[in-house]
Amino acid sequence: MIDIKSVSKWYGDFQVLADCSTSINRGEVIVVCGPSGSGKSTLIKAVNGLEPFQQGEIVIDGTSVGDKRTNLPLLRSKVGMVFQHFELFPHLSVTHNLTLAQVRVLRRTKQESLAKALHFLERVGLSGHKDKYPGQLSGGQQQRVAIARALCMDPIVMLFDEPTSALDPEMVGEVLDVMIRLAREGMTMMCVTHEMGFAQKVGHRVVFMDEGKIVDDLPVADFFAQGAAKSNRASAFLSQLIY
Amino acid sequence: MGYDFEWGTLLRAWPYLAEGMAMTLFLVAVAMTLGILIGTVLAVVRIFGPRPLQIAAGGYVNLFRSVPLILTIFWFYFLMPPVMRMITGDQNLTIGAIYSALAALTLAEAAYYCEIMRAGIGSVRGGQMHAAMALGMTRSQALLSVILPQAFRNMTPSLINQTVALLKDTSLVYVISLNDFLGAATKLGQRDGRLVEMYLFVAAVYLALCSLGVWLVGYFQKKRAAGA
Amino acid sequence: MNYNWDWLVFFRQSVTGEGYYWEMIARGLGWTVTISLLSWFLALGIGTAAGVARTLRNPAVRWTATVYVHCFRNTPVLVQLFIWYFVVPELLPAKWGDAVKQMNPALNQFLTVVVCLTLYTAAKAAEQVRAGIESVPASQTHAALAMGLTTAGVYRHVLLPQAFRIVLPPMTSDFLNVFKNSAVAMTIGLMELTGQTRQLSEFSAQPFEAFVAATVVYMVITYLVILLMRWIENRSRIPGYLGA
Repeated sequence: MIDIKSVSKWYGDFQVLADCSTSINRGEVIVVCGPSGSGKSTLIKAVNGLEPFQQGEIVIDGTSVGDKRTNLPLLRSKVGMVFQHFELFPHLSVTHNLTLAQVRVLRRTKQESLAKALHFLERVGLSGHKDKYPGQLSGGQQQRVAIARALCMDPIVMLFDEPTSALDPEMVGEVLDVMIRLAREGMTMMCVTHEMGFAQKVGHRVVFMDEGKIVDDLPVADFFAQGAAKSNRASAFLSQLIY
Repeated sequence: MGYDFEWGTLLRAWPYLAEGMAMTLFLVAVAMTLGILIGTVLAVVRIFGPRPLQIAAGGYVNLFRSVPLILTIFWFYFLMPPVMRMITGDQNLTIGAIYSALAALTLAEAAYYCEIMRAGIGSVRGGQMHAAMALGMTRSQALLSVILPQAFRNMTPSLINQTVALLKDTSLVYVISLNDFLGAATKLGQRDGRLVEMYLFVAAVYLALCSLGVWLVGYFQKKRAAGA
Repeated sequence: MNYNWDWLVFFRQSVTGEGYYWEMIARGLGWTVTISLLSWFLALGIGTAAGVARTLRNPAVRWTATVYVHCFRNTPVLVQLFIWYFVVPELLPAKWGDAVKQMNPALNQFLTVVVCLTLYTAAKAAEQVRAGIESVPASQTHAALAMGLTTAGVYRHVLLPQAFRIVLPPMTSDFLNVFKNSAVAMTIGLMELTGQTRQLSEFSAQPFEAFVAATVVYMVITYLVILLMRWIENRSRIPGYLGA
């Protein structure tokens, strides 16, 4: 479904992505991890074209992301993204956050959008908060609303960019629970995260990045097993994490 | 001091002064509305626009901010009629002073409103644009629905501040003999020989209006600080 | 366009015998620069004093400064000019009032404009200085006092040096505003640059050239002021201190 072929990106002289290649099949959950500065956030933002790249190709369901003729807004409406800092629209109510893009981008009617919004709010367990404003919600609640907002667009794949890194520890669980349920229901997911427990529970593959390169691309079981399947850098990285 | 105050002149002059104040408030209302609109467009162009337009918008802002407002008012007063005559082909066309004044004030204030809105757009978190685009919105949809509403809320205190400055600036239309509040007071003061009372009254009224504006700014600043 | 372009107009003699047209511009520029620089430097002194006064603990001092700043910032500069020129002479004690009215008119206009512009700009400068002082962390004051400095010493050696560096950028726009506000002098007869330009446009019937010339001169002044302030900023930069 998503093919990343030899993608490289430079900021001026500094190479932030170096010849990255991997692919994600329908229904797979891929976890991308690595030390900070390894380029994992840049890679996931390149997938939906938020970060342009100079070399290589990214193809989502047959559409090339880097192609100038591609209708990026249309493509992005099918790819859901959840951000580290939630990025709910603070001047709009929770419900309006969920319906805005449905109406403007997918051109659904107000009733359709509202029904979808309420459905997904229910799914993430926040129906009672539909008229609140983001500023009135906790971090964990905001992130769950952000997930619902992305789901309202009926995406074919969900991208998560460090969804729990900005949360207080006691709220991480509620967000991970939503993500785990989503994975078990068969959503194709690409997650940049440090949450290795999540990876072991529902992940299919782990992609380890360092200094802009994809160093390891292994099935979950192999990645977490003792032994030499993964690189030394990956082993060093894992040993620094508590999970 | 040996001056004989005669405050009765104010009462007699009241209707004429009220007309002058109406003119002042009219100038402020129009220049503020159009100025903010034009300023916002300029700000968007300066941040997102194609390079040649960015430079043009930057040049516009620098021009109007380097030149005294009196000179700008003269520019429009002396040069709008010939230019309009050339455009419309009507050699007998006259442009009332009020249109020159409105054009001058609007375009000059737009330069200042532009800089305020630029700061406002810059004050919105970068992730907001990303989030909007990730949902499939185009740049313009994101600007209209997500960025600009937040920018306006953030910059409300500065926008009010600039409008208070605009109120003070309108007094400069005196130089083209337009009958705003100051102009009306001057005419009456000269006619009745009571410039002292007139000007003290004018100062007091402006002080009151601007103080109101300053209070409003403080009010909105407190609201934002409280986490609106 | 039925306009007779004549860019050589500046080298023609004025019909009213005031010399070449470019001389009018030069004279106007001279007045503009003189009034503006004089007012600016006086305003810096008074403004610093008022700004410091607004941060002191003595309520009488603080309130006087606050009232001064509020009144002079919240009335149009043109209205203030008219009050100095038309109202104050009437309200002074008889002898002083007469002295003012019998003064050489040019001197009278000049002094009025300088007084008005100085006090107006000083009020703005006072706000900048106050904001600058208040943005220096209180701990700096505590450290200075702990060393044994008096209040005056604290302001002189610790607060003001830091405050000025912080407010240099906004001060630049205040400095520019002085040059722009000097144009109000023409309303009481002091023919600075804008006033001369208007006269030039009427005498020579070449308004376009006249206003373009004035605009160019003002833009050059603006550019020079910005360069000067940037130079000052660079010279006074403290290594390692972000933004100051």
